[in-house]
Amino acid sequence: MQNRTHSARFTALSVWLMVCGSVSAAETYTLTIKEHRFEPVELEVPAGQKIKLIVKNEDPTPEEFESRSLKREKIIPGKSQATVSVGPLDPGTYEFFGEFHEESAKGRIVAK
Amino acid sequence: MLATAIIVFREVIEAALVISIVMAASRGVAARGWWVWGGVGGGLVTACLVAAFAGSIAEAASGVGQDLFNAVVLFTAVVMLGWHNVWMQRHGRELAQEMSRVGKAVLSGDRPLYALAVVVGLAVLREGSEVVLFLYGIASADESNTGSMLTGGVVGISLGTAVGLAMYYGLLRIPTRYLFKVTSWLILFLAAGLASQGAAYLVQADLLPPLGREVWNTSNWLSEDSLIGQVLHTLIGYVSRPDGMQILFYLATLAIISSLMRVFGDRPGRPA
Repeated sequence: MQNRTHSARFTALSVWLMVCGSVSAAETYTLTIKEHRFEPVELEVPAGQKIKLIVKNEDPTPEEFESRSLKREKIIPGKSQATVSVGPLDPGTYEFFGEFHEESAKGRIVAK
Repeated sequence: MLATAIIVFREVIEAALVISIVMAASRGVAARGWWVWGGVGGGLVTACLVAAFAGSIAEAASGVGQDLFNAVVLFTAVVMLGWHNVWMQRHGRELAQEMSRVGKAVLSGDRPLYALAVVVGLAVLREGSEVVLFLYGIASADESNTGSMLTGGVVGISLGTAVGLAMYYGLLRIPTRYLFKVTSWLILFLAAGLASQGAAYLVQADLLPPLGREVWNTSNWLSEDSLIGQVLHTLIGYVSRPDGMQILFYLATLAIISSLMRVFGDRPGRPA
């Protein structure tokens, strides 16, 4: 019984380490929000591998980074940043937008 | 104004539906109003706090603090809903009998109203903090537009409340002896949907693998942005492009809560 608990803990730990490992292994890309627009508007990323997207909001107002095709939704408060994990993606174009300023904040990720 | 109204409506509708189900599920209970509206009030206060500290939450845990926070909120609500259902399975029949006997009179008893109050509070907290952030952003950014935007906010909140009221009065038309059965089913699927949302946050934070991205895509057929899609998203957890992990959490929640209801629900030594 004791042994089983131990091995269960060990399995949980190794799964956790694998998960954390995969986070740090992912390549990082940065999107900046300024005056309710994304910069760059088009972000090229490699297909087939996990990436880490850092969304920096330089506006004083909050924005919600949202993408239906990427299935991501995240509020970025004013003057702060957050991390969104993306992929592995199939090659193609994935639109995203800022839900709080949808008319100006639009962009896309192109996976190649 | 219209854009603001739509965004606020989208956020409010989920909380409004949760409150209406909880109100129906606690029908006839003394002092339920205190618990439910206490939950709403507590949720609103906490929503403002969360909005105020949104920057620190977002940057916590290497930028995935918000996802973790949302996941914890959602899973807590799932546990509370499950606990309520198990309790109702044990006591629901006598409650319904008592209600039929004394009409709509006051019911006492140690019903876990705190569980429902927590569920309401968490729903208001999650949706409310987004509304607060959004409206705050508008108010501080664009002073010329503030008036019309705030009108939009009020319109959005009113429309969301109207949907919740419609749901509530619809549920009240159900005869008393079936009402708790129906609300238990609603709460079961509500819990499963919330668990799948929680799983999506953990996948987004990269703390769980997706187990297959976009297992199906029905967004052309029924978008979650449509009113029906949104209502179904809350009520039964409809997702147009689910990850495998979301489906797993959904089914596991259904299975776990219904087996707990079966195992602990029937009191021994009572005639069926």
